[in-house]
Amino acid sequence: MPDNRLHQRAKPRLPVEWLGIFPFFAFVLLFLIMPTMKIVVGAFQTPAGGFTLHNLLDLNTESIRNAYWTSIKLSLITAGLGCAMGFVMAVAVVFGGVPKGIRGLLLTFSGVASNFAGVPLAFAFIATLGPAGLVTLWLKAEFSINLRALGFNLLSFWGLVVTYLFFQIPLMILIIIPALEGLKREWREAAAVLGATGTQYWRMVALPILFPSLLGAFALLFANSLGAVATAFALTGPQLNIVPIKLFAQIRGDVLGNPNLGYALTFGMIVIAGLANVTYIVLRIRSERWLK
Amino acid sequence: MSRIVAWATLIFGALFFLLPLIGMTEFSLKMRRGVYSFDAYIKVFEDPTFFATFGYSLTLAVITILFGIMLVMPTAYWVRLKLPQARPVVEFITLLPLLIPAIVIVFGYIRLYNTSSWLPLTGSAIGTDILLTMGYVTLAMPNMYRAVDTGLRTIDVVTLTEAAQSLGAGWFTIMMRVILPNVLVGVLSGAFLTLAIVIGEFTMAALLNRPAFGPFMQLLGANRAYEPPALAVIAFAITWACIGLIQLVTRFSKHERAKA
Amino acid sequence: MAFLELSNLVKTFGANCVVKDFDLSIDRGELVSLLGPSGCGKTTVLRMVAGFETPTAGTIKIDGHDVTAQKPNERAIGLMFQAYALFPNMTVADNVAFGLKVKGVARAERDKVVVEMLRLIGLPDLGGRFPFQLSGGQQQRVALARALAVRPRLLLLDEPLSALDAKIRLSLRTEIREIQRELGITAIFVTHDQEEALSMSDRVVVMNGGIAEQIGTPFEVYSRPTTRFVATFVGTLNLFEAEAEGAGALRINGVTVRLPDEIEATRGGRLTVALRPESLHLGAGEVTLPATVEGLEFLGSILRIKARVAGTQIALDTFNRADAPPPAVGTKTLVSFAARDLVVLNA
Repeated sequence: MPDNRLHQRAKPRLPVEWLGIFPFFAFVLLFLIMPTMKIVVGAFQTPAGGFTLHNLLDLNTESIRNAYWTSIKLSLITAGLGCAMGFVMAVAVVFGGVPKGIRGLLLTFSGVASNFAGVPLAFAFIATLGPAGLVTLWLKAEFSINLRALGFNLLSFWGLVVTYLFFQIPLMILIIIPALEGLKREWREAAAVLGATGTQYWRMVALPILFPSLLGAFALLFANSLGAVATAFALTGPQLNIVPIKLFAQIRGDVLGNPNLGYALTFGMIVIAGLANVTYIVLRIRSERWLK
Repeated sequence: MSRIVAWATLIFGALFFLLPLIGMTEFSLKMRRGVYSFDAYIKVFEDPTFFATFGYSLTLAVITILFGIMLVMPTAYWVRLKLPQARPVVEFITLLPLLIPAIVIVFGYIRLYNTSSWLPLTGSAIGTDILLTMGYVTLAMPNMYRAVDTGLRTIDVVTLTEAAQSLGAGWFTIMMRVILPNVLVGVLSGAFLTLAIVIGEFTMAALLNRPAFGPFMQLLGANRAYEPPALAVIAFAITWACIGLIQLVTRFSKHERAKA
Repeated sequence: MAFLELSNLVKTFGANCVVKDFDLSIDRGELVSLLGPSGCGKTTVLRMVAGFETPTAGTIKIDGHDVTAQKPNERAIGLMFQAYALFPNMTVADNVAFGLKVKGVARAERDKVVVEMLRLIGLPDLGGRFPFQLSGGQQQRVALARALAVRPRLLLLDEPLSALDAKIRLSLRTEIREIQRELGITAIFVTHDQEEALSMSDRVVVMNGGIAEQIGTPFEVYSRPTTRFVATFVGTLNLFEAEAEGAGALRINGVTVRLPDEIEATRGGRLTVALRPESLHLGAGEVTLPATVEGLEFLGSILRIKARVAGTQIALDTFNRADAPPPAVGTKTLVSFAARDLVVLNA
């Protein structure tokens, strides 16, 4: 080696380079990691600061169990339906032989609709499917169909499902259209000359290739629905028993009568989101053996 | 899939998406009995709280965007230039806000930065504003980082930096005159998306008790009948405008690039 | 009777007619190349045979049966693509077994065919790999095995070598030809590479503008091109303007040439005649013309001399011999050729 000293001097430079992303890590630590950790730790603490499992055990009341169950059900159903309907619409627009302009229009609209969540979305649905909404009145006047008598109530679980789909489906469309465009025409043609029917091609080739994307989309939609507060709150007020609404009320006014129970409630949400994502990562790794 | 099935699917989908939009528009025009009128909109615009809260949210959105760019752009650039080994970690962290619900984060803020803590941000109005802005930066981070990083991917960061350095440019000059113009489309897309999210944000603003547009809309919705759909129409128009601007910026840059 | 018969095939896309009245008969076990520049309609013909495009008019018969209206998955055809098109989510073995699986062949039988096919393409140990772990040449061989595993009646090859390195292209084309001969399978090979077409095929169809310009053996297409397009597209060619002197003779640059065969031309008519570079020789011979050497190109065993003859630059190929140094640039010399090597073009 011609110059050993130069080599030695170069070594301590490493930490300097890491300094370049110090602002980012400082920000993330202060405003993302530490707040989350505060809650995780708080879930295992007594108000005086000692270690306890009591907060978590106290979650085991009927009301809180129901809230979790409803939240998980809501997230699973809206993510499942959102994925399915978004997928069908994306397939229709990519492979259905419709003009290319329609695809651009759908993508733009999906960009808008996936961000049109929260309070205004609730207003839109109240004005449409609420007791005095456009569709409700129209069905009653023209066909004598009384939605309420049929068991449909916008301010209930299924009303929430329909409303959530308004942002879940477009989100799915935004995620899955690029994946569908990545399916090569040759794969379809190769399958066809080898004797496969359209169904066999989708089952054995296209869907397995899309599986990681579908899985990722489902996980994202699940998280999206699990944490949605504004839409539910604006739609039903504080009475619907789902975790984010319960938590919202707890933060505002300690309705549970124990601040550390609020931590435990939040911790539960983090665990569900975490489990959903661990499941996603495991499934994804298993389904992606064929990827570089 | 046959063309008829495809069209049927799309028309059914369009119906699901258009009905609520038609519903809210129609409802917002029904304030005066028997005829369509803009009375609800006039009422909304006559309310000083509307402008106050909207202005407040807009200000916060602009600060969020500026702060977000200053935080995300140098980080993404530095990771590409010097720390490629840190990329998976940084990318994972920027995606976390998609997984951790906003209500969890804001709950953490309230408990971590309360009046008796080491950094009592919630003790004053300005402190809470800062905290809310930081919360919005966190929410915007996944979109912002991805938009900037996609822009950086299309250019050769290392070569451009070395070329600029050999011409005597400092870090600030490199950032503003070499990197920013090349990722401008990404940055602007991220900015408009952030604007769309922040303007109507409800959860964080409501729990931090700040007079933002989201809580204002919710409050109005709880007490009035015809103004809320009018607000929904306005909010929808704002979202359209933001997404439209993204499309415009993207298309314009493609056009520019084609000409070059 | 021919095994594959294409009669009066026409394909139009909107107002654009890409294939015009195309006829072709292929015998069992024959390998026929469709050769032409891009946009000549060769790929469209192949896609009509595969069933991906419906002919605007005309019929396609395989083994006496009209398959024009059949779907691709009913035709029992093998197809190799330029871009390999292996299913990325399946191992090599699963790719090869795919056609049998959709047909409902039992697992044991499938495994047997896979082993047999992988041995045929010389990759017996790679059954468990995924496509991304293979080189381009290996992927294309797997694609061949996948196409052959279902024992297709017809093998279609759509520029299967174009995406590969030059070296692999050479070895793989020999391999494909050997396998095709060994299995006695009828094949259509689409390419824009004349060397590929000439070296692999029993017969070559030279296509241009949606029609077949000439159909013949590689020897016929190369040595006896019938149209100007074929003559210029296949191989290098020197063209001379000539004047007819009756049915059996013509004049080039004032030199009379007696032709072995009669031609259809009136005395004094203008003609274009062609000569391959290897048909020209340095020095005097049967027909001799004066020339000036303008350049030299070494192509390994071949030495290509650029010379000006009768006002046009021509190429002349000789074997490169150590004991005969090439003429210097600027030298005035003579070139000659035999009258029987002269190709009189119709066009």
